[in-house]
Amino acid sequence: MNDLLAKLEIDIRLVGMVAALGLVWIGFDYFTGGLFLTPRNLWNLSVQTASIATMSCGMVLVIVTRSIDLSVGSILGFAGMIVGVVQARFLPVDLGWGYDNHWIWLVAVLAGLGIGGLIGTIQGFIIAYLGVSSFIVTLGGLLVWRGAAWWVTQGQTVAPIDARFQMLGGGIKGSVGAPVSWAIGIVTTLLVIGLMLLARRRRIAYGFSIRPAWSEAAIYGVVAITILGVTWIFNAYYIPVSVARRIVEASGQVWPEGGVQIAHGYAIPVLIAIVAGILVSFLAIRTRFGRYLFAIGGNPEAAELSGIRTRRTQMLVFTLMGVLCGLAACISTARLQSATNATGTFDELYVIAATVIGGTSLAGGVGTIHGAMLGAVLMGSLQSGMLLLDMPTPLQNIVVGCVLVLAVWVDGVFRRRVG
Amino acid sequence: MADTVASPLVEMCDISIAFGGVKAVDRASLDLFPGEVVGLLGHNGAGKSTLIKILSGAYKPDDGEIRVNGQTASIRNPADAKKYGIETIYQTLALADNVDAAANVFLGRELLTRWGTLDDGAMEMQTRKVMARLNPHFHRFKMPVRALSGGQRQSVAIARAIHFDARILIMDEPTAALGPAETKQVADLVRQLKTEGIGIFLISHDIHDVFDLADRVFVMKNGRVVGSVRVANVTKDEVLGMIILGKCPPSATPGPGAVR
Repeated sequence: MNDLLAKLEIDIRLVGMVAALGLVWIGFDYFTGGLFLTPRNLWNLSVQTASIATMSCGMVLVIVTRSIDLSVGSILGFAGMIVGVVQARFLPVDLGWGYDNHWIWLVAVLAGLGIGGLIGTIQGFIIAYLGVSSFIVTLGGLLVWRGAAWWVTQGQTVAPIDARFQMLGGGIKGSVGAPVSWAIGIVTTLLVIGLMLLARRRRIAYGFSIRPAWSEAAIYGVVAITILGVTWIFNAYYIPVSVARRIVEASGQVWPEGGVQIAHGYAIPVLIAIVAGILVSFLAIRTRFGRYLFAIGGNPEAAELSGIRTRRTQMLVFTLMGVLCGLAACISTARLQSATNATGTFDELYVIAATVIGGTSLAGGVGTIHGAMLGAVLMGSLQSGMLLLDMPTPLQNIVVGCVLVLAVWVDGVFRRRVG
Repeated sequence: MADTVASPLVEMCDISIAFGGVKAVDRASLDLFPGEVVGLLGHNGAGKSTLIKILSGAYKPDDGEIRVNGQTASIRNPADAKKYGIETIYQTLALADNVDAAANVFLGRELLTRWGTLDDGAMEMQTRKVMARLNPHFHRFKMPVRALSGGQRQSVAIARAIHFDARILIMDEPTAALGPAETKQVADLVRQLKTEGIGIFLISHDIHDVFDLADRVFVMKNGRVVGSVRVANVTKDEVLGMIILGKCPPSATPGPGAVR
């Protein structure tokens, strides 16, 4: 059995995670009387997960290099305040751009990414060049940036959030609609299968072993069904009739007798998280930088002796982590439609939990982006499901904590058995 | 002898390095000619590995000079050493256990596609070629090297050193973890590389390993070079005397560490 799976080069861990997720979903659906597996709930789940999933991509790389980042929630909080102040006060009032400027959202996003990247670089510099352990530096960061978030406005909540910027957080306007969603789904499916075919042809050209054709075809089938299935679910979540009516009438058309159904489709924050995941995955698997991260995690001394500039590499990982925190800050601020100094509190725990549940080893050298993102979905599912079950918050925390420990234990047992 | 006429491939002159006040290497000098195998002998802690790590760029010496082909060489890090054609097989092998053979062979020197991404196919192809020469039965190219046997891991480390046209090869305890058959394989490889004109430093604390392969040996004790001697002109007992007592036989060239 193991030999067969090895020959097919199927990631058994991934299959296991998907199975676990499936069980959780079916369980919640049963106990909530069918409330969980609805397009509406799954769509909400995807939007709520986007910010954690975005940060977990970076956390994989941090943990792969044997470091940890405890400050991501606080960086998110601080960057979120900056993003809020830039668009609600600095640009429209102080610089006199007014509230309806088309570029406010973009400047705010760039400010978020920039401040996140700067903070990450500072912390990375202290870790890599001054030799203070990442645990301590980011534990300090956890306090420093949360405090700094309060300082930006002396604790005041920042509003209003720019209308275009709000689209980054989802909602009706922040979704791309059915036609665009189908286009994204179909193009992505073709692209993924095309790339896999290309890789297969390269292996054939080199004379390396390849998967049997039937298993390759089966994998293409699974890819297509997954992507198009997700697209179909999101396209099955319709916006409220009253809003749909307003949109139709605003476009100058007559509201028909039976009404029309307008679908949400993919939410923009979800697309952002997916694109971030693809880019970071590419960085990890296909570039020198990524190869060095894994080498450093596997054997730091060997990496150094191979001539890799390990310190610089380690600092840049934290830069990237910071940029992703800035991106997550934009998503969270846009979704909550305000910036508060408490945004992102405890996010570091959810991000680390998602990453570790997703198969990233705290010993370093092992981890995948897609695993961490699935881990984020699993964490999000637990929270969303327990909310639907009306579980009290303390009990929710107990469950999440237990699931984290259980998942890592099962993973460890699996790793020892299968290798 | 031909090698007395040719200029040395490497000269290390009066190299010193201290760690926290302890002189690990004290005014050590040694040289290596093309096509020559030089053994570096001494007890554990005699300073052999430290001296050689200076040549491979892992440590920066406090004092002294390194010349490659008669020219002063500036070796500040492992990448510099590789630029001079100095390749090292470390005692610990220095492999990243979590990635596969090709990734280890090309670590720090990855082949890239024209888009600047990793060319894993080309790297696997070349690794297959070099491994076919070293270890024809090796076929676990997709496995992380953690899953390989001691001999296979050793092959990967050797492949990494010889694939990039090394001119100077440093082997630190190359057979310490190997069985008899694999040890013989390494010996055959050393002889073959020697005929290709590569200079080889063979570091060992066991003189039997070195005696059959080396042309000359340098002996170190307490961070100093006791002396150097042609293997042909000396018995094993005399070399043991150098290692244990620091006493040079008449045929040896004494160094700063020799007992007079």
